[in-house]
Amino acid sequence: MSFWVMFRLLTYREGKKMSKQQQHWEKTRMLLFITLAIWFVFSIGIFIFGAEMEASTIRPLGYPLSYYMTCQGSLGIFVILIFWFANRQEKIDEEFGYTEREDD
Amino acid sequence: MFKGKFIDNLPKIYGTYTGGFIVFIILMAIAEQAGMSAKLIGIFFVAFTVLIYALIGYLSRTMQTDAYYVAGRQVPTVFNGMATAADWMSGASFVAMAGGIYFKGYGYMALLVGWTGGYVLVASLLAPYLRKFGCYTVPDFIGTRYGGNLARLSAVIVLTVASFTYVTAQINATGTIASVALDIDFKIAVYVGLASILMCSMLGGMRAVTWTQVAQYIVLIIAYLLPVFWISNKMGAGVFPHFMLADEVARIAELEAQFGLGEVKNSAADLKQVPKGLAGITKAHAEVNTTPWKFISLAVCMMAGTASLPHVMMRYFTTPSVKAARRSVGWSLFFIFLLYSSAPMLATLSKLSLMDPNLATGIIGKSIAEVQAIDWYQNWNQANLMFVSDFNGNGTLELNEFFMGGKAVVLATPEIAGLPYVISGLVAAGGMAAAMSTADGLVLAISNALSHDIYYKMINPRAETAKRLIVARVLLVLIGFAGATIAALEIQGILGSVIWAFDFAMSGLFFPLVLGVWWKRANAQGAVAGMLGGLAAGTAYLIWTRTTGQTFLDITQLTFGIVGSTVSFVLMVVVSLLTKAPDAATQRMVDEVRIPSGKAILGKQH
Repeated sequence: MSFWVMFRLLTYREGKKMSKQQQHWEKTRMLLFITLAIWFVFSIGIFIFGAEMEASTIRPLGYPLSYYMTCQGSLGIFVILIFWFANRQEKIDEEFGYTEREDD
Repeated sequence: MFKGKFIDNLPKIYGTYTGGFIVFIILMAIAEQAGMSAKLIGIFFVAFTVLIYALIGYLSRTMQTDAYYVAGRQVPTVFNGMATAADWMSGASFVAMAGGIYFKGYGYMALLVGWTGGYVLVASLLAPYLRKFGCYTVPDFIGTRYGGNLARLSAVIVLTVASFTYVTAQINATGTIASVALDIDFKIAVYVGLASILMCSMLGGMRAVTWTQVAQYIVLIIAYLLPVFWISNKMGAGVFPHFMLADEVARIAELEAQFGLGEVKNSAADLKQVPKGLAGITKAHAEVNTTPWKFISLAVCMMAGTASLPHVMMRYFTTPSVKAARRSVGWSLFFIFLLYSSAPMLATLSKLSLMDPNLATGIIGKSIAEVQAIDWYQNWNQANLMFVSDFNGNGTLELNEFFMGGKAVVLATPEIAGLPYVISGLVAAGGMAAAMSTADGLVLAISNALSHDIYYKMINPRAETAKRLIVARVLLVLIGFAGATIAALEIQGILGSVIWAFDFAMSGLFFPLVLGVWWKRANAQGAVAGMLGGLAAGTAYLIWTRTTGQTFLDITQLTFGIVGSTVSFVLMVVVSLLTKAPDAATQRMVDEVRIPSGKAILGKQH
């Protein structure tokens, strides 16, 4: 009887630990997909429509949209995207207690 | 003056260094006013900065493996960002990029998007996980994750092919700048450049390269931004060019129409007179001038290549933690962004100052004789970077009669815009810093892979620390010399070979690296097939398209990585699924890599 309880306890804890790591990985993957989707839009997606962007009446700072996106727009978005991604990933790691100790 | 640990004092140390460099620039400016010759100013700039880097390299000498291979894993995020930016931005970014934008416009700017977008892949797919792994080199990760010497060896082969293609171009660039600034023969200048590169890396390995790269970043970013802001303000184009050049871009389009861009085609006989390597303005400045596929395929190759180039990846092995590695990628891209967003502005200012008849510097529409009498025209014509000829015999310089080398946009624009020579000296020092820092990173990546992965892990695992580090240094010197010897032959242009390096890296390493973290089922057989098959397919396509001149799906010699990486992906998945799944220990190792906390897979010293 006690043997069975111990066995249950062990497998239960083992199962919980695994699922915690799986959950963490699930959330990490979700974040990856969102990050890559935004990345895809600004590195590939919009450049399918180069000619349309050029003709667009949206002119950031007065530059033609196609020109602006290639020389500042997409580049700046990538910088912000990486910092945003890093913050979100840190939150996920914290949530599951996977943050590194500072003195490591 | 500096109490406490070196790392805690970094902001102070580099603050003082930056201040000192600005004082040096001011002193040179005063010396110029006092009558110092342009030649001497150039020599001072290049020699002074290179000596500082060599001093930093000497002070960072070490005999410990973790300091030699990964700078002791204590480089703070922001400083690692600066070092990566210098490591990343090569002679191609500094000297050739603005020129490419100047001549080729929108189609060329796919490189800007590709060389920045790649960092999103680095941050999200790879850098934090490889940092957690605790490896010294990229093949170290491949070798341990997949297991077996064959996987390790394959990774070393791909790394060597890609990095070596890249490094010859960088040594070539240091040679070019050293030969111009110091006024020596190119064949000798290449070895002077090599000596400077080795001085930075030989004694201290990654530690020395890290601290010199930070110093080089500071020099190169000042050297790039100062002229852009100065010219913009001098021309009255705007206090902050990045946000204020829309009118200038529109004005160029207006002038292009006025001067009949593309209406007059030069005959083949006329073009024969033009010195090799120079080009005229044939494409509109801001128009969309390429097909979406061409733009996107080039951007994709550069992005995947960025994520696979070992000299960039290994910079993230030097941060204190996984979290720091992730943030550090953001800082790297920020520091790169500062230069990349300025390159199109420099191209715009440069083009307008040459084209606009309302500006004193404008030459299009002036008489040929008048242009030929200008001092700077004569200087740069002599340097084989500028050429005019009266093809139609009307005595006036037309838009299609003016030719310039791509490098001249960065190197000559300050002089054309009438800035003092001290700025040109500064730009030479910046170009030298950019090329040296990248060359250092590359030479170190190759020699570390050979010394750690081939010598220590495969040939002599019982070698003592001292012996390992001696082997590492001997290899460093040998690879440097091999690179310089090939650079002295001047086979390819700087930019072309840089782009090839990205395609090679992407062909062989992108999927084996990414799937190593994101697909547990990937095994050694699959990885080896992916690396060698991808590299072989990419190389075969490159040779085929170069010899026959044909292309498949519009994939050119600049984008052959698409073929290579597709083959690599398919082979890797198919072979992995056909062979046995990785053992439980490997699967656990991958699980362990996916969380930031806990011990690294490989020990601190290994």
